[in-house]
Amino acid sequence: MPSNNQKLYDKDKVIAGLVIFVVLATFPFWYNLGKAASAPELELTDKAKAAEKCVRDTQYMRNEHMQLLDEWRDTVVRDAKRIYVNERNMGYDMSLSNTCLDCHSNKEQFCDRCHNYTSVNPYCWDCHIDNPKEAK
Amino acid sequence: MNVKYMFSLVAVLLLILLSYAGAEAAGMKTFFGIFIPYIAVAIFLIGFIWKIVGWAKSPVPFRIPSTCGQQKSLPWMSYSYTDSPYTKTGVVLRMALEVLLFRSLFRNTKFEQHGDRLIYRWEKWLWLFALLFHYAFLVTVIRHLRFFAEPVPFFVQWLEGLDGFLQLGLPGLFLSGVALAAAAIFLLLRRMYLAEIRYISLPSDYFPLFLIIAIAVSGIMMRYFTKVDVVAVKELTLGLVTFGPTIPEGVGGLFYVHMFLVCVLLIYFPFSKLMHLGGVFMSPTRNLPNNSRAVRHVNPWNYPVKVHTYEEYEEEFRDKMVEAGLPVEKGA
Ligand code: HEC
Ligand code: HEC
Ligand code: HEC
Ligand code: HEM
Repeated sequence: MPSNNQKLYDKDKVIAGLVIFVVLATFPFWYNLGKAASAPELELTDKAKAAEKCVRDTQYMRNEHMQLLDEWRDTVVRDAKRIYVNERNMGYDMSLSNTCLDCHSNKEQFCDRCHNYTSVNPYCWDCHIDNPKEAK
Repeated sequence: MNVKYMFSLVAVLLLILLSYAGAEAAGMKTFFGIFIPYIAVAIFLIGFIWKIVGWAKSPVPFRIPSTCGQQKSLPWMSYSYTDSPYTKTGVVLRMALEVLLFRSLFRNTKFEQHGDRLIYRWEKWLWLFALLFHYAFLVTVIRHLRFFAEPVPFFVQWLEGLDGFLQLGLPGLFLSGVALAAAAIFLLLRRMYLAEIRYISLPSDYFPLFLIIAIAVSGIMMRYFTKVDVVAVKELTLGLVTFGPTIPEGVGGLFYVHMFLVCVLLIYFPFSKLMHLGGVFMSPTRNLPNNSRAVRHVNPWNYPVKVHTYEEYEEEFRDKMVEAGLPVEKGA
């Protein structure tokens, strides 16, 4: 780079290119302008509150409930076993709609809030009933 | 063993150890989760602009005709419109082909001896994996906007649907993440195992590859194996971009490794070969029409030479020339 040279060749094009770069690279900063970063608030149903505990401990559920569901699905469909026993020695019927959504029957205020926040769109509800109580 | 790649490998391993120990053992989560990311973004943006401005200040005196196609000359000779462009549209098309489809890499050939014949063979693996690598990187980065935007824009969700169309396992497999790691590993093995390429490879060639592989592998570990609290991660990342940074509970050391390596990548970017992202648009063999035969290009740093034209010469010496019987253009 010739240090004493001050002229910017093709100034208009270079500046236009740089503006495009900066706008794209700072997308998260201007897209969220004026918003606060708050995690979604989850509501527990009365039934869940009475139960106090989820199938496994809370942090495990937050991080790994998808893996648990995967395990349940495979165990039921492939091995025809339907009872899951957790580390507290409690048995659960391994069912998405009849177990998870029994305690968390408020799917919109629970599962969906989290999933919308993190842009997850489980395809399970193509087949599984997402509100067993209403459907009955 | 080769010093050049061992050097880069050890550097990346040290960075991993540093951030893991720093966040997990030394409790420097604020440093790795807030301070470093802001510094990295600032250095990336300023460094990038500074580099481009530096290049834009360097004069390009002449067209550099690349011998990739017939140049435009006589009207009855056809010329290659995009490989040796003469018009602005041709240049834009050549640039688009280069940037979007890696036209130059597609030309790669291999020189081989077959019996008593020497032949040039198609060599498309580099082109294929380079293309795969870059598009997988792009898709992964766009998908990551789900951590940096609230509400998550439609095109991110659309891309997630496309990328996860296999619906394999839970959480669903994203093809681009795996493709990124696989392609980067291919590009690394290519440098390590082909003798002629190993010979021209430097630590600065290996370092970004190791770094990107480590980023991809740590991401894959987090998503499919060790798991991470994604809601807490988004609180952290969204806090950064709304300038209200927080360090949520329950985010493990592996996440800080992932993010720290990305920050190193951003800081390293403007000062390394990775600047080809901006550089490709500034490269004279790609962005200038090949029209030296039709247009005069004056070297911008030509020194203003003092000239004495023939007219001035005759004006000065006309009398003496006429006296000596020399022909003059204007009569005395
Ligand atoms: C017996 C009732 C019950 C069942 C069945 C149940 N949950 Fe829960 N779940 C709870 C309760 C109670 C909590 C809150 C625990 C706490 O706050 O510590 C909870 C918490 C969670 C959380 C963590 C929310 C947070 O605060 O971050 C997730 C995720 C979750 N459940 C998913 C599931 C899934 C998926 C299933 C089916 C596999 C399921 N739950 C089945 C009662 C239940
Ligand atoms: C193509 C339709 C379909 C889709 C999509 C689907 N499932 Fe299923 N699932 C079934 C069928 C059929 C069964 C067997 C029902 C039985 O035997 O009780 C089943 C069983 C299960 C079971 C055990 C039995 C029960 O009552 O729940 C679980 C758990 C399960 N699926 C989870 C999931 C999850 C999680 C998803 C989304 C990631 C999903 N499924 C998507 C059709 C589907
Ligand atoms: C604490 C927030 C939270 C709650 C509550 C929650 N989820 Fe999730 N869920 C997630 C996150 C985050 C992912 C994606 C994980 C990833 O990307 O690694 C996910 C993924 C899933 C997936 C896998 C989707 C895929 O295609 O990869 C299923 C299935 C799922 N959740 C079911 C449920 C059900 C059913 C409930 C309600 C009973 C529920 N979740 C409640 C946060 C939550
Ligand atoms: C600071 C910016 C970044 C943050 C905060 C971040 C965070 C994360 C998190 C939390 C995950 C786990 C996702 C899940 O569990 O679903 C992940 C996965 C991943 N990350 Fe990053 N990441 C960043 C930048 C990058 C970059 C630049 C790359 C490289 C291209 C990358 C490549 C990956 C890959 C390949 C995965 C595996 C899962 C997938 O394919 O999405 N990350 N990242």
